[in-house]
Amino acid sequence: MNIVVCVKYVPDAQSDRSFRDSDRTVDRDGVDGLLSELDEYAVEEALKIVEAAGEGEVTVLTVGPAAAANAIKKALQMGADKGVHVEDEAIHGSDAAATSLVLAEAVRKATSGTPELVMTGMSSTDGVMGVVPAMLAERLGLPQVTYASELTVGEGTVTIRRDGDTASETIEASLPALVSVTDQINEPRYPSFKGIMAAKKKPVEQWALADLGIDSSQVGLRAAWTSVVSVTKRPPRAQGQIVADEGDGGSRLAEFLAGQKFI
Amino acid sequence: MAEVLVLVDHADGRLRKATAELLTIARRLGEPSAVHVGPGVEKAQVTLAKYGAHKVYVVDDADTAGYLVAPQAEILAALVEKLAPAAVLVPSNAAGKEIAARLSIKTGSGLITDAVDVRAGDNGIETTQSVFAGSYSVTSTVTAGTPIVAVKPNSAPIEASPAAGVIETVAVPMSDAAKAARVTDSRPKQATGRPELTEAAIVVSGGRGTGGDFGPVEAFADSLGAAVGASRAAVDAGWYPHSSQVGQTGKQVSPQLYVAVGISGAIQHRAGMQTSKTIVAVNKDEEAPIFELVDFGVVGDLFSVLPQATEDVKKRKG
Repeated sequence: MNIVVCVKYVPDAQSDRSFRDSDRTVDRDGVDGLLSELDEYAVEEALKIVEAAGEGEVTVLTVGPAAAANAIKKALQMGADKGVHVEDEAIHGSDAAATSLVLAEAVRKATSGTPELVMTGMSSTDGVMGVVPAMLAERLGLPQVTYASELTVGEGTVTIRRDGDTASETIEASLPALVSVTDQINEPRYPSFKGIMAAKKKPVEQWALADLGIDSSQVGLRAAWTSVVSVTKRPPRAQGQIVADEGDGGSRLAEFLAGQKFI
Repeated sequence: MAEVLVLVDHADGRLRKATAELLTIARRLGEPSAVHVGPGVEKAQVTLAKYGAHKVYVVDDADTAGYLVAPQAEILAALVEKLAPAAVLVPSNAAGKEIAARLSIKTGSGLITDAVDVRAGDNGIETTQSVFAGSYSVTSTVTAGTPIVAVKPNSAPIEASPAAGVIETVAVPMSDAAKAARVTDSRPKQATGRPELTEAAIVVSGGRGTGGDFGPVEAFADSLGAAVGASRAAVDAGWYPHSSQVGQTGKQVSPQLYVAVGISGAIQHRAGMQTSKTIVAVNKDEEAPIFELVDFGVVGDLFSVLPQATEDVKKRKG
């Protein structure tokens, strides 16, 4: 089975993330970037499926600026077979809808129009909307099964288990399909030395919008279906009252809650 | 007045709290109409009317049962085309956001998720979101199509405003594609008697500091009528189910009161709770980053602080 895994290059959550003053988009220059942690689980699961089947290929696809090549590199080091990097200045500022358009056309091109299985993480760690998997599935005309904490590929079907708010569900979809996975599904491998060396020889396709038949007016900040009016840094929360427990910590806690009318 | 569609969040007609909140918010934007997909509308109708639904559109046929989000997206798309509403509001949970995502692409409409406020602005509907683990507030508008907004729970106090709630049965033929993913087995979670994590007014969460013993955390939660959450460290250790995880890869909660017990407060956890109105922490380590966020903190051993607090709360409640 051939699998396309869509990944995102994101600013490190441990760093001081911010917005660019000029156009209120996420500042990707001022901070270190990396392969979104949640996408590593999708890469790992795709590798396991192909390894278990003994045949097939894992293609890693990303849409992003030049530095996003690092996200592909990491996935190739983990063991993916090849990469596709869609990079075009016109894409800067694209919203989820435009991103899903670029991903959809890239998936079609990478699979000659017949994807078997498309995989993603449950959401990015920067935007965290978690809507691109469903948007991509809609554009590709595929069923989506999301938030998988277990995944089984059968004859023409994919079955997942997920923990919903009120129930644990088993969900089955016919292939081709799109699956998003959570951080519960596996333990992503660290690239081995061999993997790191092998990654250098793996092919990475570079595509621009023109290669995908997308007009630059369909993407980017000006084509976005939503507009950010303002971005405000929250003032740090005022330092609260902190007490050391001297045998009365519990009572003082209850007293605070009563004072705030929680009791 | 323009119609505003609200997707009803329910299980066989039993409404979740989000629905009343969405109807309350929808009244700021226009005249709310509820969209009820699946069985049980006869149970839901009274409450939907109470919170301001002028109409209740009902799609209840076998085709919608057991399939994932795609049928709801097709139904909403058909209603958007027919009614040209001022906006569509859905709950900002996994299913709500995915329905909204498909609806957005089907109708060429802008989608805003995780909104904590929605209001009528000068240039149409305006929303507020809290991003980057609560460190920024973002105000946005929708510039294309019908605004679709996924609203987080606890974003508005619910207010009754009785309306007619007239039922209109709608027939929307389902495409085969919408039926390609289906639920084959569903095991309801064991009932804890506690409120649901994402909609609870008070959440008490335990972390690494519990050492696996959630007894004091649960007892304190029960004294306050709170939901119980857990940090990723506690879930990874197998002490509490993943469905109770608060944080970036778990649930995002925004209660009136959040109590973090034995939780250091790493960025992944903060991403899931930083918009809580009041934050309280109990931790042995006075250097724990969680204390930077709190309104009230106790540096001490949770196994003595919590039982004492629990007794005290019970006494005060009489």
